[in-house]
Amino acid sequence: MLQFMLLFSRQGKLRLQKWYVAHPDKQKKKITRELITTILARKPKMCSFLEWKDLKIVYKRYASLYFCCAIDQDDNELLTLEIIHRYVELLDKYFGSVCELDIIFNFEKAYFILDELLLGGEIQETSKKNVLKAIAAQDLLQETSPSSSLPDWNLTVILHALTWDPLEPRKHLRVFLKTMALVKGNASEDCCSNETTLGFGY
Amino acid sequence: MLGYDISWAAFNIIEVMSSTKFTFKRTGYLAASQSFHNETEVLMLTTNMIRKDLNSQNIYDAGAAMTGLSCFVTPDLARDLANDVMTLLSSTKPYLRKKAVLLMYKIFLCFPDALRPAFARLKDKLEDLDPGVQSAAVNVICELARKNPKNYLSLAPVFFKLMTSSTNNWMLIKIIKLFGALTPLEPRLGKKLIEPLTNLIHSTSAMSLLYECINTVIAVLISISSGMPNHSASIQLCVQKLRILIEDSDQNLKYLGLLAMSKILKTHPKSVQAHKDLVLQCLDDKDESIRLRALDLLYGMVSKKNLMEIVKKLMLHMDKAEGTNYRDELLSKIIDICSQNNYQYITNFEWYVSILVEITRIEGTKHGALIASQMLDVAIRVPAIRSFAVSQMAVLLDNAHMLVGNTQRNSIYEVLYAAAWICGEFAEMLSDPRGTLEAMLKPKVTVLPPHIQGVYVQNIVKLYSRVVAQLEAEDNKEEAEALGELLVEKLPMFVQNANLEVQDRACGALQLIKQLIKLQSKGEVIGEELQALFSGELNPVAPKAQKKVPVPEGLDLDQWINEPPSESSSEEEVRGDIFVKSDHRMIQQNDVHKMPELTEEELEKRRKARKQEQANNPHYLKATTPSGKSGLISSDKYLQVTGNTSKSRKTKKTRKRSKKGKSVESESDEDSIRSVHVVTITEGEMPEGAKSSDDDEDERNSNDPHKALNIDLEELPLNNEDNVQSHPVSPLSTNAPGKVNLKDEKKKKRRGEKEHKEKTREKKDKSREKHKKKKQKEEDTDLVSSQLIEEKSKEEPVTNGLSPESADKNEQTEKQKNAENTKGQLDDIEFWLSPNDSSQRPNSELGAKVSSSPVPPSDLNLDSVKVKQEKEEKMSSKPEKTKKKKKEKERKSKKEKKKVREHHDSLLQEDSPKDKAEYEEAPGIATPSKEPGSSLAQTPMTPSMPPASKYRLLAEDKNMKLIYETRVLPNSSNQIVVSIIFTNQCGYHVKELEFNILDTLNTRLARGTDGNNQNSVKVPFQLPPGTTNEGQFAFDVDKVVMPQMLRGTFTYMIVTDGGSTHEKLDFKLHLPVSAYFIGSMYKRDTFTELLSSGDLSAKNTLILERVDYEFSHMLSKICFHCHFTVVEQVALSASLYSRSIQGDHVCLLAKQVNSKLTIDGKSTNSQLLSSILDEVKILLNPTENVSPCE
Repeated sequence: MLQFMLLFSRQGKLRLQKWYVAHPDKQKKKITRELITTILARKPKMCSFLEWKDLKIVYKRYASLYFCCAIDQDDNELLTLEIIHRYVELLDKYFGSVCELDIIFNFEKAYFILDELLLGGEIQETSKKNVLKAIAAQDLLQETSPSSSLPDWNLTVILHALTWDPLEPRKHLRVFLKTMALVKGNASEDCCSNETTLGFGY
Repeated sequence: MLGYDISWAAFNIIEVMSSTKFTFKRTGYLAASQSFHNETEVLMLTTNMIRKDLNSQNIYDAGAAMTGLSCFVTPDLARDLANDVMTLLSSTKPYLRKKAVLLMYKIFLCFPDALRPAFARLKDKLEDLDPGVQSAAVNVICELARKNPKNYLSLAPVFFKLMTSSTNNWMLIKIIKLFGALTPLEPRLGKKLIEPLTNLIHSTSAMSLLYECINTVIAVLISISSGMPNHSASIQLCVQKLRILIEDSDQNLKYLGLLAMSKILKTHPKSVQAHKDLVLQCLDDKDESIRLRALDLLYGMVSKKNLMEIVKKLMLHMDKAEGTNYRDELLSKIIDICSQNNYQYITNFEWYVSILVEITRIEGTKHGALIASQMLDVAIRVPAIRSFAVSQMAVLLDNAHMLVGNTQRNSIYEVLYAAAWICGEFAEMLSDPRGTLEAMLKPKVTVLPPHIQGVYVQNIVKLYSRVVAQLEAEDNKEEAEALGELLVEKLPMFVQNANLEVQDRACGALQLIKQLIKLQSKGEVIGEELQALFSGELNPVAPKAQKKVPVPEGLDLDQWINEPPSESSSEEEVRGDIFVKSDHRMIQQNDVHKMPELTEEELEKRRKARKQEQANNPHYLKATTPSGKSGLISSDKYLQVTGNTSKSRKTKKTRKRSKKGKSVESESDEDSIRSVHVVTITEGEMPEGAKSSDDDEDERNSNDPHKALNIDLEELPLNNEDNVQSHPVSPLSTNAPGKVNLKDEKKKKRRGEKEHKEKTREKKDKSREKHKKKKQKEEDTDLVSSQLIEEKSKEEPVTNGLSPESADKNEQTEKQKNAENTKGQLDDIEFWLSPNDSSQRPNSELGAKVSSSPVPPSDLNLDSVKVKQEKEEKMSSKPEKTKKKKKEKERKSKKEKKKVREHHDSLLQEDSPKDKAEYEEAPGIATPSKEPGSSLAQTPMTPSMPPASKYRLLAEDKNMKLIYETRVLPNSSNQIVVSIIFTNQCGYHVKELEFNILDTLNTRLARGTDGNNQNSVKVPFQLPPGTTNEGQFAFDVDKVVMPQMLRGTFTYMIVTDGGSTHEKLDFKLHLPVSAYFIGSMYKRDTFTELLSSGDLSAKNTLILERVDYEFSHMLSKICFHCHFTVVEQVALSASLYSRSIQGDHVCLLAKQVNSKLTIDGKSTNSQLLSSILDEVKILLNPTENVSPCE
């Protein structure tokens, strides 16, 4: 079983994390930090497997992004590499030649795709077509579901919280605006002007 | 998300999750899955919301909920939601089934009780038509089985079939992994697997699959390593393939190849040793982890012949290695390799010692202590090497300043500890003891850590005694005195040490030497006596020795020796101290520290005592240990045993008390023939009578959730008690019932809602209803057909002409059936695994297997019965089809439904109301209550969810047929509902249906507020030709203790072509007492509470001399018809419970002895009790019993 999956950039910035075993935040942070430093320290010629505590770490680098999975001792490493690859392929298909920015800006989509591929740490659907079909259907549902005239504040708050990065207020603002667009069901450009009226002063 | 705390938003997240818009819900669940964990308090608010989403119409709502739940499931959530997820297991949508299957695994981990009831369904999913679901099920079962393999052995044939037929690599890998876990338990399985696995290895191009196959083949070979002659071929194949992997340029494959190779190494070292070149090549790899793997492999590849060569190569590597980490790893590997198996491969210990000394030149290692302990170990256990070792150690001591060197991380100075001790202990072998002594007195020594200085002081005294004795022998008294002066001059540098121990030792030594100098000045010869201080040899003690000291007879360590507990604690401390001393190897640090702590006199005394003891019987330990204070005495004497043995060892008959030691010795004796030195290697001292059995307890971490999942799934629960409260589906039932059951429930509810609106949209509704029924039928047939397939594959004999009655019976005998099935299953496994059949044709085997163990007719599945019924119905409906096609269809579907209900109501009755109660208790966020259970109808005209539905004939004529059943309203204590189904049997339109009952004092028809008491109630619908509809009528009741017989009339108008005619139909409505019963209990405890409370004052007994039913059948009958719950069943006795809508409790105890049935009843109301017993009597007594079934 997959214990967790991390995506981080070459600079060591965490881009995505999915935990299939619940941990308190503190521990998550600690594990993440430890793994990122270990993996980034490894040379490209080295193999993709690590033994770490009682887990095995399987990672792979795609362009500037590291995909890192933790699996049980008796799991198959190559299968895990397959899963990572499958996920990358899915992202690629969905976003159309995916890049790191896609995942930063559409992190929720990346999560949704991952959720269709894996559930509870086990592979759920091996067919790329089926995953993309499910995602497309949900996206459609999302678009057609009646949009409210006013943004849902709770949703805003959460999406906001999910992406809040004090070090990068500019990026944050963009994500926030995108969020607003999501809430309003509008194109993102329309929202730019709303920013001040909403009272979030950054 | 990016590592920032968003726990403050937890409540907002829940609000978003509860939104009806998918956009929000999706995001909400995502946020929840990212941020919630076990300690999130708001989680308990989500139970009802998640349930609502799980049951949502929109599959993606349910999907999102399941995805989220899989991330933050807690034991509470798992318990409350297990049912809902289990329902989804049989959803029609593969998308949901797949998710539900995977989610179940998470639920099992949190709530192990769910496993048993869900397992049958899970097992069925292995044969699901959708490959996604199938592979999900394989995943889950593999995960479960890998943790507790023995419970899943019976599934091996299914998996074997999957393995040989499937081409899905994802799934194959999991299955093969599962087999890897199973084979150690069943070697025969391994034999069966070898062939298909080798085929796969040959054929597959997928590396991951290849790797998994090899792994499993290795596991198989390990499990059958003995007694199979021709597996060397498969080993060769594996090794060959692994070689290809290792030679691959891909680092990952190389790594895995080495990893797998090391597994083979354990059992088949020979075949791996052939590839030594390859492994040595890997040592030069750029990747450190690969080099480490290769090192691991080397560990197993050494032999006496190649050890020196390999170590030399490793030493070379060590010189080249850049990272200290890797160098350390190399170092410890070298030592591991050499010392493995009690120095099995070392032929020349001189070589080994020189290697050890060489290693000390490596800078910045952290393994100093390891090297030191190796030096000590070798020097002590290999007497022949001592003189060489001592000379080397003397060199080390001379060059101590090189070692004491620089960095902090450096721990190599630890070897000085060993060197000092060895030189001191074996001083007689030193070529230049005086030189060594002086080396040890160099001022630089004071920078060493205190524990080493302590050893220095002690061994300085030893050396001194040696040198003095030597000088005295040479009659060189001045020299001896001068040496004493030197010590007196130098020792104060230790006396000034901050460390207490060093100080203590140094002071002792200093005073001793001053004393000696005094004696010397008087001209006395002190050498002999001084040496006596350190005479005798120290022997290693086996690490397990302390544990193995047998408890003497009559010794009870738990018993107080002295009454007051305060004293005993202090005594324990003392004892502990002594144990520590005797426990460890003498050569180890602790002991060396402690020995000198004793005063010299004491030492002397002990030594004398020991010498005395040596002459005595060595088995004294048992005989002389008194029961009370054995701790103190035995440990003391234990020291003496050591001395004792050491003496015998000097005569080269080393005592070996452990088996292992013996075998090793014989080996090492063989070695010694070829080796340079005469080597005796001792395993370590063991106490008398100790067994050398290894302690292999189940060391699994108690926190491991899988421990709880170790449930024997074959063993079925004896009664419902085993069934956890919140499971609607009894583990006894097959899968289909639960599904239909719940669906039926839902459907009924929906139908009820519709009936409410019927006045306005009658026609529309009907068509929709039909559609729905059709749909259900489709589902049912779907289900049935899938079961048919299953059955076909099993080739079960099908018996003909099964009546509904026997179907009923069938249901009741399910319990035995299942038990038999299980037995049969096990037999199947045995058969399947029997070595005679060829391993290639699982299908034919499956067939053969079943035919070989004929299944008794009663063994038929419940589902097969259903199929048969359906068939029968189809047959019967054929002739009528031409005319009443439509009507028949309606009826059929209804009948079907009914039958389905009949089959499952007892289950429903037992469990689902309980569920409801529990669910309602759970704190829920204020969501619109749409879940089943909370939307119960409040008006008498709407149908409630019946605990049972059993239609009886009310009245019939050529035009109309009325059947009815009674239902209780859960919230009302004086109303029941009679649901009547009106069927129009004629070809004309029927309208103006009116229904009237002659009220009695006790029971009155609820006619609404306006009506006169005697008015009839209009049935709110008309019946076109051949249609059926259901009307419900509420009755007010005062007392519910007696059965009621109500007279009534039913009038209707037939609209024929010529006009319309009024028709009247008289009927009697029988309301048995059980109609007022609610066969449910809120908590199981209440039953015992009730019985013990004394509230049940009324007692009554019913004895039936001859009962034709089986006991379980009879129980089901009572439960079903009289609305009881089985509380507990043990063999042929059972306790049942029910209560009336007015809150009177009835408890029954049914016992069957031969064919005689005794039912003891207790109740709060005697009249109620006697009425219900009468009813039971009529129900069970075959002579009077006019079967109420249609």
